[in-house]
Amino acid sequence: MSFINYSSREIILKIVYYGPGLCGKTTNIKFIHTATNPDARGKLISLETKAERTLFFDFLPLSLPAIRGFKTRLHLYTVPGQLFYSASRKLIMKGADGVIFVADSQDARFEANLIAMDDLKENLSAYGYDIEKIPFVVQYNKRDLPNVTDVEKLREALNPWGVPDFEAIATEPDGPGVFDTLKAVVKMIIQQLRAGAR
Amino acid sequence: MNPRTVIFEEEQRRLQEVCTRLTRDSLARAIFLIDKNGQILVAVGETANIDTTSLASLVAGTTAATSSLAKLVGEEEFPVHFHEGKRDNLHISLVGEDHILTVIFDERSSLGLVRLRVKKATEKLVEIFVALAERQGLGEEADLFSEITDEDIENLFSDTF
Ligand SMILES: Nc1nc2c(ncn2[C@@H]2O[C@H](COP(=O)(O)OP(=O)(O)O)[C@@H](O)[C@H]2O)c(=O)[nH]1
Ligand SMILES: [Mg+2]
Repeated sequence: MSFINYSSREIILKIVYYGPGLCGKTTNIKFIHTATNPDARGKLISLETKAERTLFFDFLPLSLPAIRGFKTRLHLYTVPGQLFYSASRKLIMKGADGVIFVADSQDARFEANLIAMDDLKENLSAYGYDIEKIPFVVQYNKRDLPNVTDVEKLREALNPWGVPDFEAIATEPDGPGVFDTLKAVVKMIIQQLRAGAR
Repeated sequence: MNPRTVIFEEEQRRLQEVCTRLTRDSLARAIFLIDKNGQILVAVGETANIDTTSLASLVAGTTAATSSLAKLVGEEEFPVHFHEGKRDNLHISLVGEDHILTVIFDERSSLGLVRLRVKKATEKLVEIFVALAERQGLGEEADLFSEITDEDIENLFSDTF
């Protein structure tokens, strides 16, 4: 649910990172925070426990250039993996304009990815979204690790819809795939807003 | 798809007016009107040293958690929650189904005064949101998006990353 303010002339898009615990959602957002032009980024809020588990959510606001005179702002959220409060999940999923599913490419996490994807589908429908309609992209993260599943196999299991998908290494200094993933979902959101307006 | 939230200048001005008056009447330091998704609609008073974007997202988060707490103990909702500090206090209350009013106040005011004034202001805010809801879906906002080109979309990322 995009937020359009004609008075302050801004559009706010809410994008949610979803995925199994420890797949790299927080790392994606932290990379974006460090690699974004300081003028464009707001403060990163990371509500983590001492053990670096996301307790509630991570939040990063970004400002993109104006589009048709309206400032475009992105609000990036991650959902917590372990202590998965229904309250924070609800807050985060509610009003989402786009979803990024981050998969953990490691063989040992194959099942965990499937469970998280089922969970996402269930959540989306609970909040009235259709996974085939909401702007949605998939990221296969941790491609640097030795025991990773082939992308083809991950794709078959996690992306039967053929939405845009990207390989990524969120921990690398240049974060391959991280911005591509975000850009893709933003494009889909704006294209959908445009299609709806026509 | 979910409906989108659109705020027009007239309603923005009216919301702002109610909040400004509330700041004065309740002797508050600052007042924020936020939606449950964590977007800020109005910030008035001494807001200069506060990161309002962070505040909005955290207030929405704590309100969602409080609402779950209510259900956990068998209440339908806790429409008001309050955080007491050494100097500043935070009074957070629901406005209708979708919005949250946050009042920051110090020793110049009191919980009783804030509670009383918030109650009155809330009725007015609800009225404005009802008017806004009626206005939405009339398609006034359609033009903005229909004019967006592929180039506009591409340019969005040029200076950012
Ligand atoms: N090798 C490697 N490790 C990663 C990558 N992305 C994240 N990690 C690590 O995986 C762990 C969990 O990441 P985190 O972002 O906290 O996961 P979250 O639970 O999804 O938020 C951390 O130790 C990260 O450093 C990656 O691309 N490659
Ligand atoms: Mg995390």
